[in-house]
Amino acid sequence: MKYYKNKRAIILFLFPAVLFIAVFLYYPFFMSCYKSFFNWDGFATSTFIGFDNYKAMFKDLQVRQAIKNTFFMMFLACAVQVGLGLLLAIIVDHVSKGAKFFKTVYFFPIVISATAIGVMFKLFYAYDGGPLNNLLLRFGKEPVNWLSYEMALGSVSVPIIWQYVGFYFVILLTAINGIPQSLYESAYLDGITGITKTIYITIPLIWDMIKVCLVLAITGSLKVFDMVFVITRGGPMSATELLGTYMYKRTFFDNRFGYGSTIAVFIVFLGIVVSSVVNRVLRSEEITY
Amino acid sequence: MKNTQLETNSRVSMKKTKSLGIGKLVAYIMLILWAFTTIYPLAWVLMNSFKPSNDIILNSFNLPSSFNLMNYKNAFTKMSIGRGYVNSLIISGTVVVFVVLFGGLAAYILARFEFKGKKVIYTALLGSLLFPAFATVVPVFVMLYKMNLINKHVGLILPQVAGNLSFAIIVLMGFMKTIPMELEEAGIVEGCNTWQVYTKIIAPISKSSFATVAIFTFLWSYNDLFLSLIILRTKSVQPINVLLNEISSQYGTDYGLMTAVIAIIIIPVMAVYLAAQQFIIKGLTAGAIKG
Repeated sequence: MKYYKNKRAIILFLFPAVLFIAVFLYYPFFMSCYKSFFNWDGFATSTFIGFDNYKAMFKDLQVRQAIKNTFFMMFLACAVQVGLGLLLAIIVDHVSKGAKFFKTVYFFPIVISATAIGVMFKLFYAYDGGPLNNLLLRFGKEPVNWLSYEMALGSVSVPIIWQYVGFYFVILLTAINGIPQSLYESAYLDGITGITKTIYITIPLIWDMIKVCLVLAITGSLKVFDMVFVITRGGPMSATELLGTYMYKRTFFDNRFGYGSTIAVFIVFLGIVVSSVVNRVLRSEEITY
Repeated sequence: MKNTQLETNSRVSMKKTKSLGIGKLVAYIMLILWAFTTIYPLAWVLMNSFKPSNDIILNSFNLPSSFNLMNYKNAFTKMSIGRGYVNSLIISGTVVVFVVLFGGLAAYILARFEFKGKKVIYTALLGSLLFPAFATVVPVFVMLYKMNLINKHVGLILPQVAGNLSFAIIVLMGFMKTIPMELEEAGIVEGCNTWQVYTKIIAPISKSSFATVAIFTFLWSYNDLFLSLIILRTKSVQPINVLLNEISSQYGTDYGLMTAVIAIIIIPVMAVYLAAQQFIIKGLTAGAIKG
């Protein structure tokens, strides 16, 4: 129909959105890639230095620490966030009553800003008079410095992981609810119930969704910034430094815009590589099933 | 059909109850334990926001002895939380309006019209969802600086609109494709132009997906710290999250004040969440790729 080929309407309607996305997403993204090869302070200095930023990055001990911490977060996100989400989804599906209530309640932390949650956990962890140490004192134990060099990464990861369990729970529960009841019925007639049912029927049938969740958990861990910045600023030393917080500091504390761009490009690269590796590894497992 | 399914379902679970009574009990205990971890911290914050800081240090697990609003008063008078609120509402409100407006228009064209380059645009939209804020923030900052938009609300609004558009277009497009062609054709036959068809037929039918997009966009913008921190550096223009971050590093030992400010940030979001749950859960899980 002619109506659907009206060039003027197409251009006018698409223009604002395309402009915004081009100017504020695509242009800066390619600019970041380009400027990652420059010694750039954002304004006056901008000298091409080839791969020097990249070389410097791989020698930077703080980057190494940040990579290590980021991988730790990824691992926890996959194992605990997605794992617990799956477990809770299976249990809710099993008990059948109260699903709506648990869905509502488990989603609470997701709608709240990471900033507010971060400040909240900073209070929980406070050495003097924080509720956790109060509890310890009440049981006659010594107070613990929750944000010390040794403990900080673990302490910071608790709210990060806790916040999104409900998210994977909802996605996986929706997937489980989508399994046709007839499949369960025939399994039931074959005497397959309980845990065997979960392992042989539920999990294989939602395997694709689990994979999606794992990829989301990985890319999600690469995006963490707010929570860590609020609780520890990446410290003490670089105990809780992540690639995102480190990129922010080098760019906006030291005006090393070129170096910051290099780290940003590396974050994108890491996201693509790790998710495709996970996808490939899990695909072969699906074939064996 | 559905009824018979339900019946078999309940029959199966009835038998299960007999054999797995303890299993079910354990299941409920686990579910309630996790529910406790998501409810209690919020309750703790709320409960302690009515106590003076000393009481929190001594006894943070008890209910407040009186309904003391001093912390809230401090937050508004000394910390100018009120202004932070207003800034947040201006920024996030504007972002929502533009995302809904521009996103809706683009979604309609992409859902229905035929033209060269449609596939390219769609792929570019999907691709842009993969850029984390880190990958764009440095050039965006320099650009805004050159346009003299640092420390201005517009400076934050522009990249936030861009950051939410792709997701909005994809969700709205998905819905608009399911609208029956006949509804639209009636308007076209009567001689309505594209704008009239869109505003009179398409947009009203798509109300629920617009609601999903609007709420999701609002939450994303209201909850953002990273971009706000970089673009808005003077106190008078900062949204509430940046203010909270600042207050926590300066007055972090005033537990009463901290709990009150957290409560002030959380309460409106929780109210919106409880009122519009289905849209939010749908929006946030659909927008999974974004964050």
